[in-house]
Amino acid sequence: MKPASRELTYAAAIREGFAVALERDPRVLLMGLGVPDPKGFFGTTTDLQKQFGADRVMDMPCAENGMSGVMLGAALNGLRPVLNHQRLDFAMLSMDPICTQAAKWSYMFGGTMKMPVVFRMILGRGWGQGPQHSQCLHSWFAHIPGLKVVMPTTPHDAKGLLIAAIEDDNPVVFIEHRWLHHIKGEVPAGHYTVPIGPARLARAGSDVTIVAFSYMVLEALEAAEKLAEHGIDAEVIDVRSLRPLDQSLLLASVAKTGRLVVADTGHSTAGMAAEIIAIASESAFGSLKAAPRRVCFPECPTPTSPTLSAEFYPRAGHIVAAVRTTLQRPPHDDDLLVPAGAELDKPNPAFTGPF
Amino acid sequence: MLATAENPVAASAGISARLLESMVRIRMVEEAIAAHYPEQQMRCPVHLSIGQEAASAGVCAALRPDDLAMSGHRSHAHYLGKGGDLPAMIAEIYGKATGCCQGRGGSMHLVDLKAGFVGAVPIVASTIPIATGLAFADRQLKRDRVTVAFLGEAATEEGVFHESVNFASLHQLPIVFVCENNLYSVYSPMSVRQPAHREVWQLAAGHGVVSHQGDGNDPLAVYALARAAAAHARSGQGPVFLELKTYRWREHCGAGFDNHIGYRTEAEYLAWRERDPIKNFERRLKASGEFDVLRHEQFKARVETEISDAFAAAQRAPFPAGASLMNHVYAAS
Repeated sequence: MKPASRELTYAAAIREGFAVALERDPRVLLMGLGVPDPKGFFGTTTDLQKQFGADRVMDMPCAENGMSGVMLGAALNGLRPVLNHQRLDFAMLSMDPICTQAAKWSYMFGGTMKMPVVFRMILGRGWGQGPQHSQCLHSWFAHIPGLKVVMPTTPHDAKGLLIAAIEDDNPVVFIEHRWLHHIKGEVPAGHYTVPIGPARLARAGSDVTIVAFSYMVLEALEAAEKLAEHGIDAEVIDVRSLRPLDQSLLLASVAKTGRLVVADTGHSTAGMAAEIIAIASESAFGSLKAAPRRVCFPECPTPTSPTLSAEFYPRAGHIVAAVRTTLQRPPHDDDLLVPAGAELDKPNPAFTGPF
Repeated sequence: MLATAENPVAASAGISARLLESMVRIRMVEEAIAAHYPEQQMRCPVHLSIGQEAASAGVCAALRPDDLAMSGHRSHAHYLGKGGDLPAMIAEIYGKATGCCQGRGGSMHLVDLKAGFVGAVPIVASTIPIATGLAFADRQLKRDRVTVAFLGEAATEEGVFHESVNFASLHQLPIVFVCENNLYSVYSPMSVRQPAHREVWQLAAGHGVVSHQGDGNDPLAVYALARAAAAHARSGQGPVFLELKTYRWREHCGAGFDNHIGYRTEAEYLAWRERDPIKNFERRLKASGEFDVLRHEQFKARVETEISDAFAAAQRAPFPAGASLMNHVYAAS
């Protein structure tokens, strides 16, 4: 019998994934600055400490680097820890334990040890997050053999991939976009996993393939709706897993459509969009009818002011414009039109800050 | 240390003999590596522990076989003292499939889980938080093991040292931080790295950790400190920090000597040679009538055989197959 599904927010799905993992396996441990605090980590850890105890859901010193190493030792010695960062930017302090230690532990010690640890990071956006609270550096982690890197888009995948990450015997970097926390979707109750690796076909189409990452999947789906109004049938692929990366769905789609646009929540230079286009160029070159296009961040740090931030972040309209280019269609003036009253620095009308 | 068929340092012997034999065995292994190194068959950096044997011997003699240890780039002595398998270590340095990491690690990545040696890595201080995590898990899982983090004094300049000691102190974790202060980080002396008016051990004391300074070339003094430290940590009273003063004889990395390049004086080196932990301890044992010449000669003969067997086996052993390149990137779940 399939477990009952009901609608949950992404944040509630994450919380439920933690609760399931903590319930099923006494070795699971949550650590992170603010994990048990009254705000509950954007609602993703609310009351977990009350439910599972202060020795399994823990706050920690303000020491991302050292505590990452501590989590590795805990993982080597019988626990399955999850280290939580409210922003990916803080995890940058721990690149040694994540990339130089955890990622290599199995390999450099000849397979004698396993490293079941999850590093959970949240990407900020809008409301003045600015240069140091909204860096999207998922491609850094995806570059490292030995790590697994996932970026779920839907509440269903958030819970299923979180449980899969916790149950994996390898270090997993689990990246959430802050602007996904409020979205709702069907989430099965109880335990289930979404395997780390396969991409998700978010929308079937025949004219162009839009490959998107994390929050940009939502923009890509909106773009596909707009394109449909113009008789253009777009396929949207939600990558979900950056390492390992599912090439088969991508290549099959490009073989079908012959056109490729990649929308990433990150910079283009040496980024994931470049990787996707490289894969298509190497393995589906003959299928391509037009040059692939990237829709990425401009090559500057994230600005803070709402007017600059509106310039900075690509939207569905940018994806629509890129698709038109691949189809050799003329640009439309209204692609990038911002509807009157739209607030581009908020994830939803109900959002009032502070971060 | 473990008394196994391969390890002739017998646990049954008196503590003085055990300490001496542990140091002598480490010295003999390191001298053998130095002797073979110019043959260019050990194709990886080596950081020899000659001159610093007492720290490993004294600390490891105070541990239970199931206690855990981790180390850094200069880890041969710690691996051997904790009971790490000698043939697997030599084969690893030779890059062979029979090495403790199947040729994926080399001298700077030794591991022997059976001996409780959970690993060494050459990024300075990186194993300190990992060792702290081992102790944290033991505490969480209510095991009564102790973990030792071996580190050099330069590691106390890294941020993760302080982050780890703070966390260990906060949660009163069962860990002993053993800092061998050999005065140099590669060629950089203490004077360019740490203030002269503050001792290394005071850093840990500042985090509320019981801290001691001792003569790192006196194995009995180290043993006494380590025994008390392990008992303290095991009983739930929290971490202990030991600063052990010692000196590296040979070059920072490699098998030769480097006094001539000008970063330290010949006089300083010779003064520390006078404080040879092995010669001085032998002298002490002779003076107190505890030195059994025959036993010691027999011990050294056995170790010589053990070492030559380990080198012969390593030289004979196959290299890892090229086809194994991608093995172990990920653990099979």
